[in-house]
Amino acid sequence: MISKKIPKERRVILKNADAPSYSNKISCYIKEGGYNVLKKSLKKKPEEIGEEVLKSGVRGRGGAGFPTGMKWKFLDRKSGKPIYLICNADESEPGTFKDRQIIHKDPHQLIEGMMISAYAIQAKQAFIYIRAEFFEGAKILNRAITEAKAKGFCGENILGSGYSCDLVVHRGAGAYICGEETGLIESLEGKRPNPRIKPPYFPAVLGLYQCPTIVNNVETLCNVKHIMEMGGETFSKIGKPNNTGTRIWCVSGQVKNPGYFEFECGALTLGEMIYDVCGGLLPGRTLQAVIPGGSSAKILRADERFKGTHKDGTDFDWGIEDIPLDFDGPMAAGTMSGSGGIVVMDNTVDMVEAMANINAFYAHESCGQCTPCREGSLWMKKISSRMCSGDAREEDADLLLSVANQIEGRTICAFGEAAAWPTQSFVKKFRKDFLKKAKTQKRKKDSLQLI
Amino acid sequence: MISTQKTESVSIVLDGEEVAVPAGMNLVDAAALFQKEIPHYCYHPQLSVAGNCRMCLIEMGTPMRDRGTGEAILNEDGSPKIGWVPKPVIGCATTVSPGMHVKTISEKVTDCREGIMEFLLVNHPLDCPICDQAGECRLQEFATDYGRGYSRYTERKNVKPKRTRLGPRVTLDDERCILCSRCIRFTQEVAKDDVLGFVDRGSYSTLTCFPGKELENNYSLNTVDLCPVGALTSTDFRFKMRVWFLKESPSICTESSAGCNILVSSREGEIYRITPRRNDDVNDSWMTDSGRSLFKKVRAEDRLAVPSIKQEKSSLDQSIQAAAESLKDKRVAIVGSCHATLEELYLLNRLSKATKSKKYLRGHFGKDDGILLSADRTPNLRGALASGFANAYPRDNLSKLNSDLKKGVVDAVLVVNEDLLSSGVEAEYLLGKSIVYLGTHANDTTNLAEVIIPTLTSFEKKGTFINRSFFAQGFEQSIPGLPGLLPDVHILSKLLDELDDENKVTSDFSLIWKNLSSPPNSPFKGMSFSDSLRGSLKVDGAKWKDLPFVESNALHYKK
Repeated sequence: MISKKIPKERRVILKNADAPSYSNKISCYIKEGGYNVLKKSLKKKPEEIGEEVLKSGVRGRGGAGFPTGMKWKFLDRKSGKPIYLICNADESEPGTFKDRQIIHKDPHQLIEGMMISAYAIQAKQAFIYIRAEFFEGAKILNRAITEAKAKGFCGENILGSGYSCDLVVHRGAGAYICGEETGLIESLEGKRPNPRIKPPYFPAVLGLYQCPTIVNNVETLCNVKHIMEMGGETFSKIGKPNNTGTRIWCVSGQVKNPGYFEFECGALTLGEMIYDVCGGLLPGRTLQAVIPGGSSAKILRADERFKGTHKDGTDFDWGIEDIPLDFDGPMAAGTMSGSGGIVVMDNTVDMVEAMANINAFYAHESCGQCTPCREGSLWMKKISSRMCSGDAREEDADLLLSVANQIEGRTICAFGEAAAWPTQSFVKKFRKDFLKKAKTQKRKKDSLQLI
Repeated sequence: MISTQKTESVSIVLDGEEVAVPAGMNLVDAAALFQKEIPHYCYHPQLSVAGNCRMCLIEMGTPMRDRGTGEAILNEDGSPKIGWVPKPVIGCATTVSPGMHVKTISEKVTDCREGIMEFLLVNHPLDCPICDQAGECRLQEFATDYGRGYSRYTERKNVKPKRTRLGPRVTLDDERCILCSRCIRFTQEVAKDDVLGFVDRGSYSTLTCFPGKELENNYSLNTVDLCPVGALTSTDFRFKMRVWFLKESPSICTESSAGCNILVSSREGEIYRITPRRNDDVNDSWMTDSGRSLFKKVRAEDRLAVPSIKQEKSSLDQSIQAAAESLKDKRVAIVGSCHATLEELYLLNRLSKATKSKKYLRGHFGKDDGILLSADRTPNLRGALASGFANAYPRDNLSKLNSDLKKGVVDAVLVVNEDLLSSGVEAEYLLGKSIVYLGTHANDTTNLAEVIIPTLTSFEKKGTFINRSFFAQGFEQSIPGLPGLLPDVHILSKLLDELDDENKVTSDFSLIWKNLSSPPNSPFKGMSFSDSLRGSLKVDGAKWKDLPFVESNALHYKK
């Protein structure tokens, strides 16, 4: 076997996080040059920061990959209402554990990024909405904010600039849907996190308390600090065009060395990630499937071919290991890079059970506001768990697909797609497994009646 | 700036046909203007938009514009190119915009509707045979109109509480609930009593009251009307009657001067329930709980059913004769009622002129709730003014009558529906006076009355009430009156015949209205009874604008 050069990580955001001498205390952060960028940025005009972020081409790291600079541009600044900045630290997508690293190991980087962003959009108040399960993270952030306030990096009259912005940590109560930005806003207002209908409730116009609001992911806000440090132009040269900056990928599943890795966008392929960075599969196993961007992303089958044409006109013909890890690569392969949670499944995995697991998660987390998601997700869960408990029917595959199709695109928020995509892709790509399940089980005839 | 006046209209293309609709309207209402139904559950025109049922999903597109120049992109044939929104949109939250294209029926739309109907029914108990809503249920209607017609569901259905007491008048069946949140929005936005909410999540979401609270406000039964399915039911009406047996007749609520428009549901002459009737100028789609129970008075034990003379039963004709006898050539006091209709008050006024009697009127007042229960607890105080019966604003008692009785200037009293003894008239002054009582229910005055002529409730007769906003609202008879009795206007016109030799007035409504509208300064100029039946008629109340009306600002009423 030809030994291959293992692609090298480029750590921007996690640069210091894992250094042995590094702690999450403010003294440590300042020693590494922390808060210098904030000082520099406060001397600029807020619009200039927005311009830099737009120039950098940075895309949101929460899942949808929307350009951050554009999001800021949509902000309604003429209404005269206060503007709010919210950091979405409700990292709940199964398979994702990147924001946790930042919060635990380098909280001041997030605070600095947030204060720069808050200044750029002239926010009156900033919030960090952190998921309930991160109690340690919330503690760390609260301590870090106290430290930062004591040094004047946050709160009243930041570094003597005249600009004031308070930063508050708000803990969720344990619901996946609070990661959806309008659901998060409802939750922050103290209500049930039922996502809002868009139109008219676009956060940039009618967000928190019906005021213009920007909601950004933890990693995105940290990137703002680095954009201001190196300049938008330089930042845009990291990675590939339209896929700028680095990304933190979280690999889990049946690989030898799972974990989180920060790479330049497009610097490596999915195959390199699995076989070189993560040390490959366990002995004697073969690759069966990969979910590339958190559990809601469509699954990729190991022996699939992905063909198509890039935007620049060049054709591509990829196997699963050729898919470049950036925003557009997985998109071209019919799935998405989402939150960067790569879940690797080898040949020991029962695909029906894997899907049943995902369906159970989405049925449990559906907020119950709109009909298709509420009823569809539970129905899919009931079918798939029945299939795994000895009562599978051949027609269940088609039924699952049809139910999923009845959810997709008809719901208030993107949860509908998140719940439907796994089922759609599992059934389409592993249809044989579903049919085999029905054939191998000895089911009592007519044990199931239509009601 | 573009002004957004309601009168402005925009042109949209609805199912391929270019139509003009009022600006700012949503697509559900806009389509309804052209007899196109966009089915919906959670949307209600008088509540905020929730957009959660997803039944009103339709296809929508707007003319495409060039991003750089802003110019319209055209097809090859020169028509504007339409950018169809890839996902279906909800009609209730989509406002019309110029040039918008809408498909209310297409393959995609049908698929959406079938899918939503299936989802709504998978965990629905399908207990229509024992459900009160059956027959007026949106689930039944849309399942037949837009559903697939067969089931694909073999799993277990969710189990939820079947008979929860939400409050004194509302019972909840959670299994039937489709979580549309209409009731929650109603209690928040209209009743201003935020006690309802959902607990648990996903398909296990359950409607409930906040701990320690009950749905007990005076508007709680509106949630039953709003509920598109059989989840919220009226504890009073529950299991009493199949709705398809009920005859619905429009009427006006007599509880207060708000004058809610109502529907009286009856079968074989018996009323089973009262529900609000939509009128955007008066009561939107709401009414009070207390107003809904007024029909119970029709069959109440103290209802006067038989005419009597000196406490002896008699026929109606005999008692009218006897009444005329006891009033003839005497110094008569006429006590009118703000519960009487405009027509009755007109005849009563004629009667007072013919007999040269003094007129007295009592008001009934209470607390104003700022919504639909006004401080004036009578339906027709303004009718008493407009008919000419009363000139001054009535007080909460009849002390004027008492002092006149004391002075000895009154020999006989004709009372319409009022209890003299509880109105500040002392019993000793009534001794030896002939009292003629016209009314629906027994009270202390009926015990003293020489002649009792039972009359009909507002459900059993027709007439007109003038509400707090000076809207004249006519109503027809809903159920037959008690056997042997006549409507009040007939009795009054017979009395007039007896007491006035030159009487030309009859109980004919068109004649009464002709007389009402004929004086040169009449507030009813150009109006007729049939007009007031068709809708609320605005009567010119300028003449009375300085009177101390007791109502405070409320729904569709400004002082």
